[in-house]
Amino acid sequence: MSNAPGSTKVDEAVGRRRILVLFAHPSLERSEVNGPLAAATARVEGVTLVDLYAEYPTFDFNVDLEQERLLAHDALCFMYPLYWYSTPAILKEWQDLVLERGFAYDAAAPALQGKVFFNALTAGGPEAAYCAAGYNHLTIRELLSPLEQMSRLCGMVFLPPFALFGARTAVEDGRLAGHIADWVRVLEALRDHRLDLAAAAPRTKLNADLDAIIRGA
Amino acid sequence: MEGMLFHAFVYLAAAVVAVPVAHRLGLGSVLGYLIAGILIGPVLGLVGAETKDIQQVAEFGVVLMLFLVGLELEPKLLWQMRGRLLGLGGLQVGLTALAIAALAFSLGLYWGLGLAVGLVFAMSSTAIVIQTLSEKGLTKTEGGRASFAVLLFQDISVIAVLALIPFLAQPEPLALAAWLSAAAGDNSAAQGAAGLVAGLPNWGYALVVLGAVATVVLGGHYLSRPLFRYIAESRLREVFTASALLLVVGTALLMTLVGLSPALGTFLAGVILATSEFRHELRSDIEPFKGILMGIFFITVGAGIDLPLLFGDFATLLGLTLGVMGLKALVLLALARLFRLRAGDRWLFALSLAQAGEFGFVLLGFCVQNGVVPTGLARTLSLVVALSMLLTPALFILYDRLIAPRLRNGKGPAPDTIEEEGTVVIAGIGRFGQIVNRLLVAAGIETVVLDHRADQIDLLRKLGIKSYYGDASRPDLLHAAGLARARLFIVAIDDRDRAVEMVDYCRRTYPQVRILARAYDVGHLYLLKQAGADLAVREVFDTSLGLGAAALRELGMHPYKVERMTRAFRRHEAAGLAGMYDLWDQDPDIARNLALQARIREHVGTLQDALNSDRMQLHDRTERGWTPPSRGFSREPD
Repeated sequence: MSNAPGSTKVDEAVGRRRILVLFAHPSLERSEVNGPLAAATARVEGVTLVDLYAEYPTFDFNVDLEQERLLAHDALCFMYPLYWYSTPAILKEWQDLVLERGFAYDAAAPALQGKVFFNALTAGGPEAAYCAAGYNHLTIRELLSPLEQMSRLCGMVFLPPFALFGARTAVEDGRLAGHIADWVRVLEALRDHRLDLAAAAPRTKLNADLDAIIRGA
Repeated sequence: MEGMLFHAFVYLAAAVVAVPVAHRLGLGSVLGYLIAGILIGPVLGLVGAETKDIQQVAEFGVVLMLFLVGLELEPKLLWQMRGRLLGLGGLQVGLTALAIAALAFSLGLYWGLGLAVGLVFAMSSTAIVIQTLSEKGLTKTEGGRASFAVLLFQDISVIAVLALIPFLAQPEPLALAAWLSAAAGDNSAAQGAAGLVAGLPNWGYALVVLGAVATVVLGGHYLSRPLFRYIAESRLREVFTASALLLVVGTALLMTLVGLSPALGTFLAGVILATSEFRHELRSDIEPFKGILMGIFFITVGAGIDLPLLFGDFATLLGLTLGVMGLKALVLLALARLFRLRAGDRWLFALSLAQAGEFGFVLLGFCVQNGVVPTGLARTLSLVVALSMLLTPALFILYDRLIAPRLRNGKGPAPDTIEEEGTVVIAGIGRFGQIVNRLLVAAGIETVVLDHRADQIDLLRKLGIKSYYGDASRPDLLHAAGLARARLFIVAIDDRDRAVEMVDYCRRTYPQVRILARAYDVGHLYLLKQAGADLAVREVFDTSLGLGAAALRELGMHPYKVERMTRAFRRHEAAGLAGMYDLWDQDPDIARNLALQARIREHVGTLQDALNSDRMQLHDRTERGWTPPSRGFSREPD
C-alpha cells in the first residue's frame, strides 16, 4: 500500500505518515498497561500523542485546535481502555464536537478523506469472550462498528483494532513488554508505509500475525 | 566608648573584608572569619587582651545557634533519632576518648590526664559543622543527620564531662584533697557552676535542675504562646524581636544559674517552640543576631592563636593535630560502617566531625582549674584544638572537590537521597487562602501557611490547621518559611500593593519558584503578571460567573445551555485579557488610555456574539473561510 490513494496525505519532505494518537484514560494513575503504552507511543518519531483528559479535564474542547491537528496528520488513532464496549466518554464528546458537518462530512472537500483510522485498546475480558460463543457474543471489531461507520462516513481507511485482552493480568503474566514492542512496530510500519493496509483491513484485530501484514525490517 | 567603637570597627571591618573573599574562593564563611581573626590578632596586633571578654559575648552565638537548631527539630523528630543520638554519639565520644587515653597511657602519662585530654578532643565543633553543613545544603543528607546527632550528644555530654573532670586529677597531696571531697559527693556536679546552687546537697541540686528544666518545658509550652500572641497583636515588630531575645537570654540565664549548659537549655526551648505558630517569626528574628555573634566567635578563635608558640614548634603541633584528626576520623569511619551509612555519607560524616571544637577550650580551662592538665600542656593543646578547627574547612573542600564528584560519577545512577517534598508556601489565610489550603492539604500536599493576624492563626490552630504567625511581606520570614525549597508560592493576601511587592520579590530572589496570585481586579491582575506571577486569578470572577449562571437557570434556561454559555464567557474573557495586556502596558491609567478604552468597548460588544455562537467557540469567523458561514455548527441533538 505504499502507493495509497492520491488523497492520502503524505509528508512531502520525509514521505512518512504523520500519526495522531488521541489518548483517553480517565484515571491514568491506576493504569498498568495504557500508561506505559502511551509513554512508548510518545517516543516514536513522527507520532503526536495527545492526552485528552489532561488537555480538556472539563471536556471543554478547543475545536479549532483539534481540527488543525487532524489536518496536520495522515493517520488517526484512538487509544484507550475499553469502557462498556466503547471508548471512554471524552472520545465520544470529541467526535460530537470536532467531527463537524462541513469539516469531516457533508463537505465539499472532507478534511479526513483518505486518512487511516484505527483503535488501540485494552480490554479486561479474555479474548475468548469476544466471539459469538463467548459471553460477550460479539467480536471486538463488531463492537466497534459505530467507530467503523464514523470513519467510513468521513472517507477514512478503517483498520481493525490493535487490542490487548485480559489486560488486568497482562503485567503479572509478563505480556506487557511484548505488547508494547508490537505496538511500536505497528506504528513504525504504518509511518514508513510498510504496513499492508489491504491485507490488514479485513481482520478482526490488527495484532494477530504482524509478520503477515508488515513488510521489511 | 572610643575603645569599644574601635574594636567593633576592627572586628566588623575584618569580617567584611575577609568573609566575602573566602566565600568567593569557595572556602566557606567559617574559614573567612578565622582568617579575619588571625589577621587582626596575631598578625596585625590590632586586638589583644579584650578578645577574652568579647569571646564570652560571642559564645552567646552558640547559644542562639542551638536555639535555632532546636526550633527546626520537633520533639517527635528528636525522639525518632534517639537511637543515633545515644548509639552513634555515645560510641563516638566514648571510643575517641578511650583511644586517646590508651595512647597517652602507653606513652607513660597518667591515665586521668590521658582520659581528660581524650574527652577534650572527642568534642567536635558544633558551630563550624552546623554552619558549614547548612551553608552547603547538606543538613538533610544522611551524613548530615548523623553528624548532627553526634554533635547533639556531645553538647549534652559536656555536662557529664564537666562533672567527671575533677575525679581525673592525679592524686597528689593537694589535688587529693579536692578529689576526696569530690568523691564524698560534695556537690560534685556543680563544681563548675555558680550562683544559686553552690552549697546545696546533691538531692537539692537535682531538684533545682529538674525544676529549671520543667520551667523551660512548661513555660515554653504554655506561657510563651499567649505572651507572643499578646505582643504580636501590638504589631510592634521590634518588641517582638526583643521578646524573642528575652526568651533565649532568660533561658540561658536560668540554665547558667543552676549550673547547666545554657546552649542545652536554649536548645530545649527551641524544641518546645518548634511546634508553635511563631516558629518562623522567631527564627527570622533570632537569625541575624546568631549570624553576627557566631562570626565574632570565630574571629576571636582566630585572634586567640598564639603565633610564636605555633611557629616555635610548628611541625610537632601540626603532627599532633593531624594525628588527632586522623584518629577521630578513623573512629568515625568505623562507626559509620557499623551504622550502615552509605559511602558518600560515611566520608561526609568522618571528615566533618574530625576536628576538635569550641567545647574543647571550655573543657581545657576547666581541667587546668582542677589541676588535671598542667598549664603549659593546656596551652599547646588549645593550639591543637584551634588548628584542627582551622583545618576543617579544608576537609569540607576535600569532600566537595574529591569525594562528592567521584561518588556522582561512579557506576550507575547515584543513589536517590530522599529530598523533602517540595512544599507550597501560602501567604494569607483569610477566606481565600483557606479554601486553597484545604484543597491542597486534602490532596496530601505539605503547605506552610503564613498570616499576620495572630487571632486568625490562633483560631485556625484550634481548628487543626497548621499555620504560622508572621508578616509574609517580610523577606526574612519568607526565607524562614522555606521559600527557597518550595515549589509554589501562593499569594492570597488582601493588601493589593503588598501582594505585588511580594510577587516581585519572590520572582527576583527565587526564580525557580512558581507564583500563583490572587488578583483584586483586571488592573491588579496585570500588575501581578508584570511583577512575575505565573498565574493570577481574579478573586470574584468564578463566583460571580457561578451566580450569573444560577440566575439564567432560575429564568428557565436549560442548565447545559447555561453551562456552555458560561464556558464561552470564560474563553471570551481569557482571550480579551490576553489581548488587552499590551495596551494596558503602554499606560495603565484607563481614564487616559484611549486605545484601551476602545478595546474594552469592543470586548464587551463581542460577548453576545460569542455566547450565541452555536459553535460555542470564540473565534474570528473570517478565519474559517472553508466553512460555509450559514451552516456553522449543526450538531444534531441527541
